[in-house]
Amino acid sequence: MAGLSAINPQFLYVCAGIFLFAIGLWGTWLHAHYVRKIISLNVMGAGVFLTLIAVAYRGENLPPDPVPHALVLTGIVVAVSATALALVIIRRLEDATDV
Amino acid sequence: MNLLDGLWGVLDLLLVAVLLLLAMAAVLSSDRRRSMMLFIVFGLVLALVWARLHAPDIALAEAAIGAGLGGALLMATLRRDTHQQTDRFPQHPALVWGAGVLVMVLGTAIAWGLLSILPTVEQTWRKGAAVDAQLAFSGVSHPVTAVLLNFRAWDTLLELAVLLAAILGIRALGYVRSTYVTEAAFSQLAVWLVPLLILMAGYILWAGAHSPGGAFQAGALLAGAGILLRLAGYSYAGLPTARWLVRLGLVAGTGVFLLVGLGLLGWGQGFLHYPVAYAKWWILLIEMLATVSIGMTLTLAFMGGIPQKEAA
Repeated sequence: MAGLSAINPQFLYVCAGIFLFAIGLWGTWLHAHYVRKIISLNVMGAGVFLTLIAVAYRGENLPPDPVPHALVLTGIVVAVSATALALVIIRRLEDATDV
Repeated sequence: MNLLDGLWGVLDLLLVAVLLLLAMAAVLSSDRRRSMMLFIVFGLVLALVWARLHAPDIALAEAAIGAGLGGALLMATLRRDTHQQTDRFPQHPALVWGAGVLVMVLGTAIAWGLLSILPTVEQTWRKGAAVDAQLAFSGVSHPVTAVLLNFRAWDTLLELAVLLAAILGIRALGYVRSTYVTEAAFSQLAVWLVPLLILMAGYILWAGAHSPGGAFQAGALLAGAGILLRLAGYSYAGLPTARWLVRLGLVAGTGVFLLVGLGLLGWGQGFLHYPVAYAKWWILLIEMLATVSIGMTLTLAFMGGIPQKEAA
């Protein structure tokens, strides 16, 4: 228990964010199917967001920095609109190759 | 006190472990449907992580937009006729593991670089103090909304423009075959849920001025209502049937934001520099229209861009 409390949450979540980025990059790079590339790309994005929010975190007793929070909110919406466009392009591609 | 700290440490480790395992499973699973499900669960756990890191705005947005709508959009690509779609890495296993080692080396390098500059962040680029100092003049009391709609309103305007560009791109692709089956049983659910979702969207929009919430979360709730209506069999998903009204709704957020900015510029205030006394009302007007545009955009994105009558 005593050892665990020594882990700085900021350190932990920054590392987790970068690990998500790496995992996502792996999938985006290697998957052949576009939908799987899109899922992996979103995991990559989540990693970037987590890193930013972990940097904004200033401990239990201080309010977090609102600027990265606003950036990440913007990022989530931009990511979902890009995802939506990509997925409709994929659906259209599959419709076209079916016929 | 020490015990409590230790408990937080255990919870942090658990959350991170679950998050990373879900991400790995979503990326590596060979079953496409399972990968989508895991990605949705990943989004929900991520929402918990945001709450843990004192980011309730992002937790709301993640649960509604990232996990909810993202999941619905992904599911819409699954075909009706096939039951299981498998995707394995097509490369030789040695290449797959080589690439895995390479991305981990890259990740370690990024982590090392970032963690070595992290202690200097507090003195160098942190802008939190500047936001607190100016908050009283922003027209709202919630710092994240103040940054989004006032201090960095430019970013939010461009973000709405990105949404508009995406939906224009989707509409330009023409009709896509719908892959989901409408379910009459949902109409019973819709009767209860849709009014509730609209009410919640209104509340979250209003609450955004002083507490977590705002246009994006509210817009996502409206889109949830739209998707539910579509799945219940309403061809237009509650959107107006007149095409010009749909177009007007889609551009309203970006358009009014831009007009307010230009109007203030003409008034001699500078682009998107609200006069302090009226800032609250300008922000509320922009957010209301942005909510409508975001809701319509995301609903239409799910439907493939253009509402169409069911081929009965």
